Amino acid sequence: MAQSVAERKSLGLRITLTVFLVIWFMAAAFPFAWTVWGSFKVELDFFSIADWTNAIFGRNTQDVHGSSVTGAGYYGAWVEEGFGRNVMNTFIVCFFVVCTSLTLGTLGGYALSRSGNNYVFWLLIIALIFRAMPPITLVSGYLPPFFQYNVWGILPTAIIVLVAINQPFTLWMLHSFFMKIPKDLDEAAMVDGCTRFQAFRHVIIPVMWPGVITTGLFSFLLAYNDFAVTTMLLSADNRTMVPEIAAFLGTTQTEGNVMFAVAAVVSATVPLFILVMFFQRQIVSGLTAGAVKG
Amino acid sequence: MRHRTFFWFFLPTGLAMLLFIALPIISVVMQSLFTPHEAVLIASENCGPFGCTVSTTVDQEATAQIRADKPMGRFVGLDIYLDRGHLATQEIAAAWASADSMGAFFSEVFNLPFYRALTFTLTYTFVVTPLLIMLGFAVAVAVNSLHRRLKGLMIFFSLLPMIVTPLVGSLILFWMIDSRGVLGQFISYLAADPSLSLKASTPLMWMSLIVYGIWSSAPFAFVVFYAGLQTVPKDTLESAMIDGATRWEQIRYVVIPHLMPLVTFVALIQLMDNFRVFEPIIGFSAEAHATSLSWIIFNDLGGETRQLSAAATTSVLTIIGVAILLSPVLYRTWRDFRGKT
Repeated sequence: MAQSVAERKSLGLRITLTVFLVIWFMAAAFPFAWTVWGSFKVELDFFSIADWTNAIFGRNTQDVHGSSVTGAGYYGAWVEEGFGRNVMNTFIVCFFVVCTSLTLGTLGGYALSRSGNNYVFWLLIIALIFRAMPPITLVSGYLPPFFQYNVWGILPTAIIVLVAINQPFTLWMLHSFFMKIPKDLDEAAMVDGCTRFQAFRHVIIPVMWPGVITTGLFSFLLAYNDFAVTTMLLSADNRTMVPEIAAFLGTTQTEGNVMFAVAAVVSATVPLFILVMFFQRQIVSGLTAGAVKG
Repeated sequence: MRHRTFFWFFLPTGLAMLLFIALPIISVVMQSLFTPHEAVLIASENCGPFGCTVSTTVDQEATAQIRADKPMGRFVGLDIYLDRGHLATQEIAAAWASADSMGAFFSEVFNLPFYRALTFTLTYTFVVTPLLIMLGFAVAVAVNSLHRRLKGLMIFFSLLPMIVTPLVGSLILFWMIDSRGVLGQFISYLAADPSLSLKASTPLMWMSLIVYGIWSSAPFAFVVFYAGLQTVPKDTLESAMIDGATRWEQIRYVVIPHLMPLVTFVALIQLMDNFRVFEPIIGFSAEAHATSLSWIIFNDLGGETRQLSAAATTSVLTIIGVAILLSPVLYRTWRDFRGKT
C-alpha cells in the first residue's frame, strides 16, 4: 500500500524515530549480548577494569587459556557445581506446574465463563485480590504446617504451591479466552446428548487450544522465573535454577568464581530466548488478552 | 449452568486457592498476633564450700507442656506491629519529641527498618510506573511506524527484558553497572570520579534499581499499547488529518484518548507488581542502600533463625498496602457491577 502524501514523514521526524528505536534496541538487546559474549571469558576480562576492550577481545583469557574464548565458566557451573541437576529440577517443576494449572484452570475458567450467577463476579474479584498479593507474604503461612507434616524442601510441595499461586492469573486469562467462544457451541453439543463435561472435553477444549497454549506459556514463565517461593520452600539438594544462581552469588563470589554464576545465568536465559522465538505471537496475544476488555 | 455442575467444575481450583492462599493468609494473620512461648526457667541455688551460686536451667518438661497446650504461642495482640522492627510507634514518638526540625525527624524515621523499606518501595512504585508507561508508549508509537518485517524483530528483542527471570535480568544489568562493569566504568569516566561506585552510593543505587524496573517492565506497556494502536479507528485519524491536525495533535487528541483504558490497565498491573519489588535488591546486593517490604519478609524468613512472627507481621502490613493500592479499582469494579444489575 502506497503511503499518501499526508502520511509521509518529514526527514527530521524519521531521524528522531530511528535514533530513538536504535537506543531502545540497544537497551533491550545489548545487555544480553554483552553477558553471553562475556561468559566465554575469564573474570578479569568480563570485569575489565584496566581496559574495556579486553572484554571484547579477551586478552586475559588468551593469557590463561591460550584462546580468546573459554568454556571454563560453563565447565565450572555444569560439571563442578552440578548445575545440570538444578536445570532438571526446574524442568520437572515447570512441567507439572503447567499441566496441573491448566487442568484446574480450564475446568474453573470454563465454569466461570458459562455461569451467569452472582457469585461468579465475587469469585473473580477474590481471584484478582489473590493475584495482587505478593507470593512471599504467604510463605510464613506455609512454613509451620510444611515442617510439621515433613513436606518442606521437596519438589511436589513447591509444585502444588506454585500451581495454587498461579491459579488466580490462570483463571482470569482462561475466563477471558472462554468468553470469546460462543455459548451456542456447547449448548448445541448438549442438545445432541452430551453431558456438560463431555461438551467441555470434546467440543470446547479442541477449539480452545490457542488460549490453552498461551495460558500454559505464562504458567511456565511464572514457575520458571519464581524466586521468592522456590528459594524458601526447597532444600539445598532440590533447588531449581533461580535459587541456585542466588546461592552461587553467596558462595562463589568469595572464591573468585563469579564466572560460574555468569555461565549459569546465560544457561538459564537460553530456554527463555528459544521460547520467545517460537511463541512470540502467543505471548503478545496473552499479554493483551486481559487488556482488550479494558 | 446449574449450581451443582458449577460446583464440581470449580472445586479443584477453588480448593487449591482455599488451601494454599486463603488459609495461609489466615495463618499469617494469626502468627502476627502470637509469639512463641518463652522457655520456662527454674532458678536453683547450689551451695558448696565456696559459697552459693544461682543457676537457671530450662525446665524442658514444663516448656514442652505449655507449648503443647497452646501451640499458637503467647497472644500478644498488636505488640509485634508496634515494635521497633515494624511500625515503631515508641521510636517515632521519641523522635518527634526530640527532633528540632522536620528534616531531623524524617532522617530518624528513615533509620527504622520498616519505614526505610516502605520509603523505597513507594518511591520505586510511583517513579517506575509512570516512566515505564511513557517509555512503553513511545516505543509502541515508534515501532508501529516501522516496516512490517522490522516490526517482528523489534518486538522479539523488546520482549526479552520482560520475559527474562527477574533475578537473572537484574544480575545481567548489575554486572554491567557495577563499578567493575563496562557501564559503571563509563559512568565514573563521565563523572570524572574513579572512586564512584554503585556499592558506595545510595542515590546511584536507587537510580540503578529504578532503571532496572523501567527496563524490565516497559516491554509489557509497549506490547499492550502496540496492540491497542492496531485498533485506533482509521476514520477518526483521517478526519483529524483533513481538519489539519499535526502528527502530534493526532496522537494527543485521537490516539491517547483511545488508549486511555489500556493505560489504566497497565498502571494497575504495574502498581501491583512494582509494589512487590524484591529480586533486583538481591541481584544488585542493594540491601545496604535500599530495602523493600518483600525483602524484609525474605530476610526475616531466611537464615538459621526463622522469625516467623516478625515476617508474618510485615506480610500483613504488605497485604494492607496492596489492598490500599487496589481499592480504587475494586471500588470501581463493584460500582460497575452494581450498575449492571
